[in-house]
Amino acid sequence: MTIEPAQEGSGRVEDRADGDGAAMNRFKDAEHLFRVALVFAAGALAFVVVRAILVPKSFGEYGHYRGTAIAEIAAQPVVFAGHESCETCHPEVPAVKNKGKHAKVNCEACHGALAKHAEDPGTVEPAKLETAVLCVKCHSKNGAKPEGFPQVDAKEHSAGLACDTCHKPHSPVIGAGGKP
Amino acid sequence: MNMSRRQVLLLLPAAAVAWESILAGTPEASPNYKLTEHWWGMLVDISKCIGCGNCVRACATENNVPEGYFRTWVERYHVSDFNQAEPVVDSPDGGKEGFPPMLEEGGKNFFVPKMCNHCADSPCTQVCPVGATFISPDGVVLVDKQYCIGCRYCIQACPYGCRFLNPKTETAEKCTLCYHRITKGLTTACCEACPTGARQLADLKNPSDPIHEFLRTHAVQVLKPHMATGAKLYYNGLDGSVR
Repeated sequence: MTIEPAQEGSGRVEDRADGDGAAMNRFKDAEHLFRVALVFAAGALAFVVVRAILVPKSFGEYGHYRGTAIAEIAAQPVVFAGHESCETCHPEVPAVKNKGKHAKVNCEACHGALAKHAEDPGTVEPAKLETAVLCVKCHSKNGAKPEGFPQVDAKEHSAGLACDTCHKPHSPVIGAGGKP
Repeated sequence: MNMSRRQVLLLLPAAAVAWESILAGTPEASPNYKLTEHWWGMLVDISKCIGCGNCVRACATENNVPEGYFRTWVERYHVSDFNQAEPVVDSPDGGKEGFPPMLEEGGKNFFVPKMCNHCADSPCTQVCPVGATFISPDGVVLVDKQYCIGCRYCIQACPYGCRFLNPKTETAEKCTLCYHRITKGLTTACCEACPTGARQLADLKNPSDPIHEFLRTHAVQVLKPHMATGAKLYYNGLDGSVR
């Protein structure tokens, strides 16, 4: 499509009207447009400024979220020390445990979360464990447990005696030896 | 130093990029941890789970999970021989203190530990209206507590029921795959506390991770595969009746 160049004095609405009045109308229209443009420009500027203030710097660093949130979540303190920490100071335990049936049971599975003890072994002492309460958490009889897993009816099995009367927790098979 | 106007103009964009990178800083908490070098998931071996509840207790201790809410929990399934499509499922207190003896006799009985599946195409992050929940570059679905407005869309969107609204903070909460631990080279609290090795943290981008050998040699399944969530919680020995 081609647009023919407007010819001077023909076809334009305002030129059809007479003299001074037409010139004034044209001026008024221009001012309206200028005001509207000004309002839009102010709005756009306000949007850009407010957005820059409200949106955190790291937003969009990796995706549609605050990038620094990742580091904040990663900064949460650790409560379980992990068996590697335990084994640096207590190497005699894995030496026995890893030969027995409890080889894959990590320290804190029974002893509880001990990151505080690992950080400050002098003042934070791990709680003493009661085998009569602890062992049945895994070894009480239940029809949904895998068949090969050793499970007992505690009353029938030991009549209330503490488990460590006969079994050594770090190497539980009777007669297998090792530290209690 | 003599530089023409043209040389200065050519150097300006490079200077701007350098300045931006200085402003951005380095957000990673662990200096040796690189976000792009990991892709986390987990392996659950149902044949090893004894329903002791150690994982549930460990998770609550490690992450300060409010009483009565669970980031991970254990379900007990009883599938009768005659109605395999409708299993009887119980999970007293999320299995936190273990399970009472079975009431039903016979059939097929087993435990299923559950938690966030850390989906690669997670429905929960797609519905968040404010960008408060996201998949990190290393494949963990996380919640930005500062940004969460507590609208609960994500809780409804999760097909696995893994999210809840923390009653104190009024923000959505879920398993972080112990993000504060795995970025320091530790395993998750639930894996650390599991006495039978039924749970294994897996780094799918690490070629020497035993997960690859395991996935190759076992019939492994994810929950609700028809929903195409890209779940990364792999179950070995998953029964068809598990929902």
